[in-house]
Amino acid sequence: MLFTGLSLRLAAGECVELRGPNGSGKTTLIRTLAGLLPMQGQVLASSVIAYLGHTNGLAGPLSPLENLRWYLGIGGHAADDKSIHAALRRLEIGALFRQPVERLSAGQQRRVALARLLIGAAPVWLLDEPYTALDANGIACVDGLLAEHVAAGGCALVASHSPVAVATRMVELNGERVPA
Amino acid sequence: MMNLLTGQLAREFLLVSRVRTDVLNPLIFLLLAVTLFALALEGRPQTLQAHAPAVLWTLVLLTNMLALDGLFRRDFDDGVLEQLFLQADAPYVAILSKLIVHWLVTGFAMVVCVPLLGLGLYLPGDVLPVLMLALLLGTPTITCLGAIGAALTVGLRRGGAILALLVLPLLIPVLIFGVSAVNRVVEGDPPLAELYWLAALSLASITAAPFAVSAALRISLEQ
Repeated sequence: MLFTGLSLRLAAGECVELRGPNGSGKTTLIRTLAGLLPMQGQVLASSVIAYLGHTNGLAGPLSPLENLRWYLGIGGHAADDKSIHAALRRLEIGALFRQPVERLSAGQQRRVALARLLIGAAPVWLLDEPYTALDANGIACVDGLLAEHVAAGGCALVASHSPVAVATRMVELNGERVPA
Repeated sequence: MMNLLTGQLAREFLLVSRVRTDVLNPLIFLLLAVTLFALALEGRPQTLQAHAPAVLWTLVLLTNMLALDGLFRRDFDDGVLEQLFLQADAPYVAILSKLIVHWLVTGFAMVVCVPLLGLGLYLPGDVLPVLMLALLLGTPTITCLGAIGAALTVGLRRGGAILALLVLPLLIPVLIFGVSAVNRVVEGDPPLAELYWLAALSLASITAAPFAVSAALRISLEQ
């Protein structure tokens, strides 16, 4: 058992930064909260969660547009190309909507994965190393998304080795909690 | 539910159209393997004809194993399966559509190619329709049981070998009934019993496989 008696409250309008050394269980905690790993305790309803893991969750041979349409479809939403294009533009990859994802750079692929957060409109974001492969501009873009999301009443739990500029609180996974 | 099924079917067909090697490689392997058998048996018509049903069925089984190993691997490695299980209320519907498309581009494609291979092995023309029908009824079971094995082994590094070890023993009845159906026609007997068995096995596996694959993938994702 990795966690015992762990209690984590994620309130609306909060962006919580999850820190800890390698192997401390950041990814495991996020995957557990997302419902990907079994747990005993209260589980958040998956329909209100958007999850971004280490992998991007994108099919390489498909374009960003096709990937995001599929994502909306499996969530039971109608394919809304307008919101997909808007999300891609917001992440500054609007012109790449027809390129197969496997031909995009690692940073561009990460941006496509981040676009899922915008089109899904889930109030809870669980992000595992969202800054991976992003340049300074991309990192600022993610921080902007997080700031807008919490300002709109959403909440986010972000596991990252890089500081999360917009975090309202920090939780360290080494047995003690450190307030931000 | 229907939206999920049609959306997933469209995605799978799109993927197949983009990655044509996934479709062509198994068929080329089947053609090469049959050719090797014909060469190894020195092209003697009587020997080839006598062994043709067993050779074709065995190679169809092995070719399917080759194709099934990659059925979920790309989606697993890319994190697509994680998103599917997080977002979809009924992931087994998406899995059913994946199985349908996979069977169409491997099992059904083999059914279409097999008459040509059968003729190459000197099978009489009147036997070919039964061979095709037996494969048509038997290959869905191969796809479904293979998909369960592929889902269980998708997280393992050398999953391909374990997949074959897991699934091939379960497919022995399909092989026996399939070969027996063709041999019955060669001997002049009706192959109805074998074909009914193949159909029954397919119906049972098609009914259970989406749920079993879904459970197996969830176990693999939890590792």
